[in-house]
Amino acid sequence: MLNTDDYRPGRFGEYGGRYIPETLMNAVAELEKAYLHYKDDPDFVQEYTEILQNYAGRPSLLYYAKKMTADLGGAKIYLKREDLNHTGSHKINNVLGQVLLAKKMGKTRVIAETGAGQHGVATATAAALMNLECEIFMGKEDTERQALNVFRMELLGARVHPVTSGTMTLKDAVNETMREWTKRIHDTHYVIGSVMGPHPFPVMVRDFQKVVGAEIKAQILQAENKLPSAIIACVGGGSNAMGAFYEFIGDTEVRLIGCEAAGLGVDNPKNAATIANGSVGIFHGMKSYFCQDEYGQIAPVYSISAGLDYPGIGPEHAHLSDIGRAEYVPVTDAEAVEAFEYLSRTEGIIPAIESAHAVAHARKIAPSMNSEQIIVINLSGRGDKDVAAIAKYKGVEIDE
Amino acid sequence: MNNSDKIAAAFDGKKAFIAFITGGDPDIETTEKLIIEMADCGVDIIEIGIPFSDPVAEGIVIQQADERALAGGCTLDKLFEMVGRVRLKISIPLLFMTYINPIFVYGKEKFLQNCAACGIDGVIVPDLPFEERGELADDCIKYNVAQISMVAPTSLEIPRAIEMNSMAAVAADGGGHRLCRCHSNPESINALRDCYSERFTKIAEGAKGFIYCVSSLGVTGVRSEISTDIAGIIRQIKQVTDTPCAIGFGISTPEQARDMARISDGVIIGSAIVRIVAEHGRECVSAVGEYVRAVKESVLDI
Repeated sequence: MLNTDDYRPGRFGEYGGRYIPETLMNAVAELEKAYLHYKDDPDFVQEYTEILQNYAGRPSLLYYAKKMTADLGGAKIYLKREDLNHTGSHKINNVLGQVLLAKKMGKTRVIAETGAGQHGVATATAAALMNLECEIFMGKEDTERQALNVFRMELLGARVHPVTSGTMTLKDAVNETMREWTKRIHDTHYVIGSVMGPHPFPVMVRDFQKVVGAEIKAQILQAENKLPSAIIACVGGGSNAMGAFYEFIGDTEVRLIGCEAAGLGVDNPKNAATIANGSVGIFHGMKSYFCQDEYGQIAPVYSISAGLDYPGIGPEHAHLSDIGRAEYVPVTDAEAVEAFEYLSRTEGIIPAIESAHAVAHARKIAPSMNSEQIIVINLSGRGDKDVAAIAKYKGVEIDE
Repeated sequence: MNNSDKIAAAFDGKKAFIAFITGGDPDIETTEKLIIEMADCGVDIIEIGIPFSDPVAEGIVIQQADERALAGGCTLDKLFEMVGRVRLKISIPLLFMTYINPIFVYGKEKFLQNCAACGIDGVIVPDLPFEERGELADDCIKYNVAQISMVAPTSLEIPRAIEMNSMAAVAADGGGHRLCRCHSNPESINALRDCYSERFTKIAEGAKGFIYCVSSLGVTGVRSEISTDIAGIIRQIKQVTDTPCAIGFGISTPEQARDMARISDGVIIGSAIVRIVAEHGRECVSAVGEYVRAVKESVLDI
């Protein structure tokens, strides 16, 4: 199997690394030691597996989307139903692992950034479950776009800090959470929400998410007795995609397709398509691709989806893109909204606007494939949180 | 003269005062005037911050300075030109402080070549820790630009989780010792302690110019008191190297500067100066001059 992380610790090809202030080095070293220890510790693994099953609701279904398949008239479409997890997205897989690890490390407080609020809600949930203090940093603009999720986090006992620096979105929330971690290291673990940041986060988060791909493989073999032709997932930082892809990296006949948020279009400055438009840089602790200008100033990015509104991408994705093992395609707001409505109407499943980016790409490629071929869409989250924003996008006024 | 030695020489026979301002805040002309004024008022080394969109190691004061500078159109090329002009008028060491991304994207070699050409003596890159310093190390040597190392209050700490319990097992299995490239097979907390101290020793021994000692946890910015055992850390450094140690982060009053200078070879002040710039805008030069003169006086005769 093609191992993408054996080049040197924390590196995927040239990407990854550990570009953080000296003050934090000790904290990430401690985390790496703890992670390397516990990931193979039978008690830890058992405890984690149990909460995934009994609390998060794993395994999630692999659903054959019969109507969508018939409608598109090409490849068979399966949906990996991460939207059915507790808290409504794949984020819970990673969070339960990290919060359990934090607890083992003797930490009493967790902090996290959030964009759409999914990761914040998941972190607040896990902290409530495991009795840890929880503080969430969220761009002020996102607290307004996702006001319901702010209240949800507060209900779960978390404190939510609106971040007013920079562009007041996800990247600024990450900046502020890193600053907070620098201030309080000893009792605090930073629960990074995606396959990004300094080593060991990209590896650790991927490992906590790889259950998604492992289940897909077992379920599709059971249902179809063969591997899918393609796996499609949306990519912001890229944790749901990495989780879905990882188990298949060695199966080179399976196309791995990541869908980036192209906002108003890749030619329009208002987008967040990092692989399509970005260049190599070093930011948020990692070397990877970023949307930035010629002087390395990080660009303000845009997407209708707060969860994909991030100017970078996880380093393992950067590597998979460079070596040609995975493809990354841009999907616009308009295409995503159309897919959001399409899946709701066709299958009675309202996808997260993030996941709708993956649905949109499947709609493009499925018709030209044949009925012997299979596409698995990772439906990373549910769309309840987006209903108001979609109504607004369509010019419908809703009095909540 | 080797620029590392030139920087270290600024500490000869006195406690050095290192002043930081954000380049281009509020505009390039004011930065140019400030550099000359601060040199005239006795500052020993000047750090010029290259503004970055996302300065994760900075508190709110310098974050806002970076925003003002970028909004005012400051770019790296404009800063190089300005330093070239100012270099003809002053001789004290000048350093750039910035994040790795602006350097990486501009082109690491081109950046250091331009630093050398315009008269920059050293660079401080807070998000380039010891393990990643190789990004710039060769080009820094090639162009005679000192790469300043940082140590933090946490640099020598054995994490509590490890000290406290079960994680002795972690130490025993050698897990995660990549960080300090310790290939022995540690069997106890003591071995782990050796491992941390080995890394610390390497940082100290390899340091050029001076060692930037971070006073306390957290980001840059004014603090009412500094309570970490920074003196202890400096004592440890002194056991390995003669490279001067300067303390930065959180120092704002002349009294704090004096206290910190007593336990080190010099002090670094940033946010307190940037705050004056923010308050007075283009008219800040004399107010900054007055402030740095007071700080300089407070660290004389220690």
